[in-house]
Amino acid sequence: MHSQAIELTSMRESKPLRSRPKRDRERLVRIVLAIAGWMTVVILALIMIMLFVEGLPIFAVTNPFSFLFTSQWFPVSDPPVFGILSLIIGSLMITATALVIAIPLGIGAAAFLAEIAPPPLREAIKPVIELLSGIPSIVLGFVGFLLLAPAIQRIFNLDSGLNGLTAGILLAFMCLPTIVSISEDALSAVPREYKEASLALGATRWQTIYRVLIPAARPGIVASVMLGMGRAIGETMTVLMVSGGRLAIPSFITDPMSAMTARIAIEINNAVFGGLQYQALFAIGIVLFLITFSINLVADLVLEKQRRRYA
Amino acid sequence: MSPTSGKLEGRRFRSRNATQTAAFIFLSACVLLILVPVLYIIIYIIVNGAGAISWDFLTQLPKQRGLQGGIFSAIVGSFYLMVGVVVFALPVGIMAAIYLHEYARQGPLVRLINLSIVNLAGVPSIIYGLFGLSFFVLMLKMGSSLLAASLTLSCMALPVVVTASREALATVPNSYREGSLALGASRWQTIVRVVLPQAWPGILTGLVLAVSRAAGETAPILITGTAFTAILPTSLFDQFNALPYHLYVVATQIPNMPKSTQWGITLVLLVMVLLFNLTAIILRIRLRAQRKKWGL
Repeated sequence: MHSQAIELTSMRESKPLRSRPKRDRERLVRIVLAIAGWMTVVILALIMIMLFVEGLPIFAVTNPFSFLFTSQWFPVSDPPVFGILSLIIGSLMITATALVIAIPLGIGAAAFLAEIAPPPLREAIKPVIELLSGIPSIVLGFVGFLLLAPAIQRIFNLDSGLNGLTAGILLAFMCLPTIVSISEDALSAVPREYKEASLALGATRWQTIYRVLIPAARPGIVASVMLGMGRAIGETMTVLMVSGGRLAIPSFITDPMSAMTARIAIEINNAVFGGLQYQALFAIGIVLFLITFSINLVADLVLEKQRRRYA
Repeated sequence: MSPTSGKLEGRRFRSRNATQTAAFIFLSACVLLILVPVLYIIIYIIVNGAGAISWDFLTQLPKQRGLQGGIFSAIVGSFYLMVGVVVFALPVGIMAAIYLHEYARQGPLVRLINLSIVNLAGVPSIIYGLFGLSFFVLMLKMGSSLLAASLTLSCMALPVVVTASREALATVPNSYREGSLALGASRWQTIVRVVLPQAWPGILTGLVLAVSRAAGETAPILITGTAFTAILPTSLFDQFNALPYHLYVVATQIPNMPKSTQWGITLVLLVMVLLFNLTAIILRIRLRAQRKKWGL
């Protein structure tokens, strides 16, 4: 602290304050900083522009309705057929499986961390959950490929362990850190008076968690689930490695299936730049982007609501 | 109160307590169901991968499509990518955070920037890949290259760096700024010499996380610049190999690949990424302790 004060005094300059060159420099600094500040907006806009510029031309060849709601995908036959329904259903089934597992586990773990665990235990567990979010998706995919898939195959007596269920279980672990950390924040942000009032009225700790804290933190919990869902839908490498990659509408979760993200990753390197297949893959990108964009937008609004509620 | 009603009350209390015990067991089970698989995976990778790790494995170039030799080209490629993210995303991210926290007036424009930060953080990695391919590789004619891949990953890392830097700036007490300004320093001098030094550890935490995430990404670089190669890149416009990409190819496209080599690559990637994460966690804990000491 002392050294800070000394540094401050040495900063005084002999020249008069707000001399001209200094003012000009301040103005320049402000402009440069503003450009950097707007960079995120520019990048987001560029992403949208590039997706639409490269993807929309496909709808001159195939109409949007048959693109979205038919399931024939023959991008290199003559004439090519582009229907992504099986990919959309695959993505949704895998994501739904992931959420069915991750929602109870995630909210349960968040409640445990926020309300039950003594502080030292909480400080020990939270870094491990953070480490989970650091494990690269390719590593999780590889582990799923070699360890989980054979186990799933044995347990459910299937032809192959590479299917929607295996992918869903792995994706649950990808979205768990998001759900746990944001839900825990939401639970901890509930004012202490709520908890004290409930306990004073004779409710048990569990009744307080279940009937008072979770309802009070609901917007934050909902937002955490939505952000987790966004992560699951957008996940690529894990799904690519363990979902089986079959291009047909899956009838059950243990069927091999493909997802939008995985299809783009598999085919984009073989597509002729600017060709129909390339355009169709960008059109899948548009669909994916619109889904994740709306999820994030709504989640942000919900979180904002939560923040204002207890501000 | 009659004696019977008292008995009933007692029974209700007991069942309430039983419910609570059952619920707490369920909640603990939730935590265990997350922790046990995570620790199991990490330990399994360490046990199965450790055998493949040797000095040669880390420092030799791959031979015969990765069947022999080491993974040096993949390590070097990943290192260059991380340097790229630091070079591109760090300055822009810090400047953006300074603008948003120290200069911009709250209003609809800042709200728009905030919204774009939140949404950029949620854009799937494969979409960044498509963007990198169409914009950096094709439109700006960088070709499939280290430069295009680094820029793509930097775009991904930017929201993380901005958010962390901004939070770090917010923890610097306003009295510091006021003190500096009162002594006649300009706004920019105050930021560079007073605010940034205080915020630096927090910024570093965010940067470390962003870099580790970038190092683990596969999908975006798969599209914008990787090649399964033993040749080290000599310029920004060369293709390159990287650890996650090397693992992907070796695991899915090379038949008869020994399992131990695959686990070895996984271990190197995991150790690299988790070391970064651990650094960030430790930095943050120390920061928090320091702040507590200051009574902030």
